Amino acid sequence: MTQKTVLNATHRALGARMVDFGGWDMPISYGSQIEEHHAVRRDAGMFDVSHMTVVDLHGARTREFLRHLLANSVDKLKAHGKALYSCMLNEQGGVIDDLIVYFLGEEFFRLVVNAATRDKDLAWIEQQARAFGVEVKERPEFAMVAVQGPNARSKVIGLLAEVDRERIGKLGRFAAAAAQGPHGMPLFIARTGYTGEDGFEILVPEEHAVALWQAFADAGVAPAGLGARDTLRLEAGMNLYGQDMDETVSPWEANLGWTIALDEGRDFIGRSVLERQKAEGVKRVMVGLVLDDKGVLRHGQTVLAGNGAGEILSGSFAPTLGKAIAFARIPAGEPGDVRVDIRGREVPVRLVKYPFVRDGQPCEGI
Amino acid sequence: MSEIPGDLKFLKSHEWARAEDDGLVRVGISDHAQSQLGDLVYVELPEVGASIQAGHGVAVVESVKAASDIYSPVSGEIVAVNDLLADAPETINEDAWGEGWIYVVRPSHREELDGLLDADAYAELIEDEDH
Repeated sequence: MTQKTVLNATHRALGARMVDFGGWDMPISYGSQIEEHHAVRRDAGMFDVSHMTVVDLHGARTREFLRHLLANSVDKLKAHGKALYSCMLNEQGGVIDDLIVYFLGEEFFRLVVNAATRDKDLAWIEQQARAFGVEVKERPEFAMVAVQGPNARSKVIGLLAEVDRERIGKLGRFAAAAAQGPHGMPLFIARTGYTGEDGFEILVPEEHAVALWQAFADAGVAPAGLGARDTLRLEAGMNLYGQDMDETVSPWEANLGWTIALDEGRDFIGRSVLERQKAEGVKRVMVGLVLDDKGVLRHGQTVLAGNGAGEILSGSFAPTLGKAIAFARIPAGEPGDVRVDIRGREVPVRLVKYPFVRDGQPCEGI
Repeated sequence: MSEIPGDLKFLKSHEWARAEDDGLVRVGISDHAQSQLGDLVYVELPEVGASIQAGHGVAVVESVKAASDIYSPVSGEIVAVNDLLADAPETINEDAWGEGWIYVVRPSHREELDGLLDADAYAELIEDEDH
């Protein structure tokens, strides 16, 4: 049975085209997906991301548990409210999921994990938590709205209780804090996102979500669907779980080496495999591709490099750039000239360092 | 959604065919199809002079989301393609029945047109799809 977020009727009233996304009935766009993309790059857009799973962890040994569970080190989290992006690995070093962890107290951390991986994530976290006596509590009563774009923060802050505005205005990147929204509703506001723009991801009790969405709409924030979310995150160089990495892929092979903390004496799940891979080198690497000719790069297309064949992971037309871009996994080593097979036609592409777009502008070399 | 022109014939896969006064057949996709596909960003056009068969893939339209084959309603020879679409594929989103046409065929078997859906039958088809 398809699940619905509390904003489902709101999306339908706006005329959204709805699709099944990981078992959830979600808006892919409300009209033009490209216009929604531009609204986020140029002004402010909002996404219903209530399908994402919020999991609270409580217990005296929670930090110790997370040192074991996550490939990134929660010891980087020193200030209350600070957030960290991390992979959660299996014993083989494959990625079970990627997530954000928030430090809310020595005995209280919050995880936000993907919707499509909810069941296996919860099972894995609960199984690992037992030995640490950590309580694992899902928080389905929260809705979540991401407001993103160069004007997103000012539009959100303008709707907060007077007393909270200055404090939330000073909230640093990758940090979260509680605040009061319209009509005094309680919000958990994080300066995080999945678009390459500044903005907030906001947790709100379900019963206030429709009023919050409406308040943002009245403040000129444009509704944007999962379609725009996908092109925005791809331009921003951010991985999508299930498409760019999964349990058969190590973080080294998914360009997530920057999230692996091989800090001394920390025995996290998958560490020994990751260390061996680091010493020996991995056989596959993830790269960025740009197609300067006409055409669109798509998931599943074959990539032909000088040193072997690979595959496109995420690929799409990039509205900010006006051409197609992609992530691909290809053999490690010197790739030489690279081509992509588009319906039997071998099209030359450029290998680039990504992100492709940051803060509204194409990156150098794109 | 704009009204379906009564002079068009359709494939179930949402291509339209218009028999023109000079005996040629112009082909495009329906307004319903463009709205389902979303913003179009690329059209792969056939070559003028190519010989095509009814029911076979002749062109490809790509939206941000996905690529879709365009099947030909009739057999024959391509005599013109809409070059405007190379730089402005969104023309199909804006005017699927008119400026957004894709190609023109000199039909080799005109009777194939009789086997296509008329405007009323097509309207019924997309109504069923929506429910």
